[in-house]
Amino acid sequence: MSHTNAIDVQNLTKKFGANTVVNHISMQVKKGEIVGFLGPNGSGKTTSIRMMCGLLTPNEGSGTVLGYDLIKERLKIKREVGYMTQKFSFYDDLSIEENLAFVARLYHLRPLKEYVEATLKSLGLYSRRKQLAGALSGGWKQRLALAACTMHKPKLLLLDEPTAGVDPKARREFWDEIHEFAAEGMTVLVSTHYMDEAERCHRISYIAYGNMLAQGTVEQVIEGSGLQTLVVKGDTSAKLAKQLAEHSDIEQVAPFGATLHIVGKDTQKLRRAVSDICHGHTLSIEKGETTLEDVFIKFMSDSKDNMQ
Amino acid sequence: MNKFFSLSRFWAMFTKEFIQAKRDRITFAMILGVPIIQLILFGYAINSDPHGLPTALVYTSNDPYTRAIVTALEVSDYYEFEYIGVSAKQADSLMIKGDVTFVVTIPSDLSARIQRKDKPSILVSADATDPAATSGAVTALMNLANEALSRVNGEEASLKLAQEQRLNIIVHRRYNPEGISQYNTVPGLLGVIMQMTMVLMTSLSLTREQERGTMENLLAMPANAAEIMLGKITPYLLLGAIQVTIILSAGKLLFGVPFVGSLTLLLLSTMVFVLALVLLGYFFSTIAKSQMQAMQLMILSFLPSILLSGFMFPFRGMPVWAQYIGEALPLTHFIRIIRAVMLKGAQLPQVAGELQVLFVFVILFALLALSRSKRTLD
Repeated sequence: MSHTNAIDVQNLTKKFGANTVVNHISMQVKKGEIVGFLGPNGSGKTTSIRMMCGLLTPNEGSGTVLGYDLIKERLKIKREVGYMTQKFSFYDDLSIEENLAFVARLYHLRPLKEYVEATLKSLGLYSRRKQLAGALSGGWKQRLALAACTMHKPKLLLLDEPTAGVDPKARREFWDEIHEFAAEGMTVLVSTHYMDEAERCHRISYIAYGNMLAQGTVEQVIEGSGLQTLVVKGDTSAKLAKQLAEHSDIEQVAPFGATLHIVGKDTQKLRRAVSDICHGHTLSIEKGETTLEDVFIKFMSDSKDNMQ
Repeated sequence: MNKFFSLSRFWAMFTKEFIQAKRDRITFAMILGVPIIQLILFGYAINSDPHGLPTALVYTSNDPYTRAIVTALEVSDYYEFEYIGVSAKQADSLMIKGDVTFVVTIPSDLSARIQRKDKPSILVSADATDPAATSGAVTALMNLANEALSRVNGEEASLKLAQEQRLNIIVHRRYNPEGISQYNTVPGLLGVIMQMTMVLMTSLSLTREQERGTMENLLAMPANAAEIMLGKITPYLLLGAIQVTIILSAGKLLFGVPFVGSLTLLLLSTMVFVLALVLLGYFFSTIAKSQMQAMQLMILSFLPSILLSGFMFPFRGMPVWAQYIGEALPLTHFIRIIRAVMLKGAQLPQVAGELQVLFVFVILFALLALSRSKRTLD
């Protein structure tokens, strides 16, 4: 078996009672890749990540993580994977230094002192090392958590919405760090809601209500959706937007300032629909770029229809 | 709608609280269970004037007087002769172990003295470590034995039985001649305090991780169930050792409780007991979903321990079913050990049996806790 894939799982399924939270998803992530894991709230991202790091047992499916069997070799997986939880889950009542020492000991990192000191210094928290972790701000907590779960140089890093509630600058720095890790050969799977973050990934996977809907590069996913976009500028109004949205050939209408983004499957039909509804208005109609967001909103509304 | 009190807002609060109380199964079970347990235990199990106390009989001749005395004591219901015809030395050891509460010694010259109309006497040694348990039986003693002798001598004789000819019963209240109840309470209290604090502390250990959300991270890192368990309970073993030192010193300095046995043996048994307790607490923390529930489980185990272990009420005074429950509690066995060692100077062979039971609890609780320990979030 070749180990070029850091993650190679097939048909993972997780049920909680009668609820199927993850429904037969398969995923391959190559070594050194950064893969974005996207999907609405409650779509099964966290559950999927937890299955991949051995925290949850899948009801069905199989696969390998870092070449280890997902079910039989959990402990080996845990040793070589770094997992950053969605909620800060280090100890608020331990100091920054004590938290890092705890993690370093769990992973047998020796010499302990050097590991902890190096991590503190690279974090820029050396002078504050005696502070309780609970006293840190959200952004610092996130950096501490990332440092703690990468201290043992994991081969695979699983990040569950790592940048939720973090300011844009810290977010930018965070992503720079992720790319540095990837350059060193670390594989990263990161779940997120932010489109700009998705665009910083090598590939993305989109999951909704437990189903994998699309995988590939951002361009591939956009192309695969077959969506076309028109940008309507000029004399637009909320009333007009509403009329447009009701048209059967138009899938989405989103106002962006004074412009309307109109998304549908077929450019010709879109143009016809717009001119039908908007006659009498002075408007310019141009072909626009379909964004990842447009695609995701379509996925979301489609899969919601399937659920109901 | 009233400005100061709205019935609707009150109703909103009421329904919310009611739903939450109903959802919390363990709390609900506590509300129903605790009163029932208390009623049954206090109502049926506890008897401060115990009957059927185990007794050893030391005698040399099987004459009618001896038989009459034994029968009379047995008929009274206070004494139950479980060991008949043992040597004085064996009887002593039985009492140290706590297997018997009384030793009745009938001297070889009893019948000769009675026939000579010389003042006859028998010796009754009582284990007075628990003064409350034996006082009823001792009080009943005087009348019983004399009535018995009269019956043997015939009705007429009994009427003529002069004061100096009556049976003289010498009662030895051993280990605690003055019947000081602190001697009994303080060693038991050591066990009770340990039971409360050790189980409480450890029962919170995993639920705290769960409530703070640190459990997920802990499980994602490469620590196995045994490592987590031992790492979590060992600090409490040390805390337990400190507690023991404090309570023993206080018992000695404040209450003057005698300490006749081996300190090493006592500390050894205490550590085994504490180990059993922290494992029990840890087991609770694997069951409980919140710290609140863990605390309730602690109370649920504490209640029978305090009532049925022989700490508050004489163990022998309880009905057999309650004694069986008592035997299933670590505190019962620890209290027997500590009383035997501190007050009666018991040595290892005499407490080995109880110590073995404590080891069984240690293994049982460890296995239970490990079997419930989760390696995943499933």
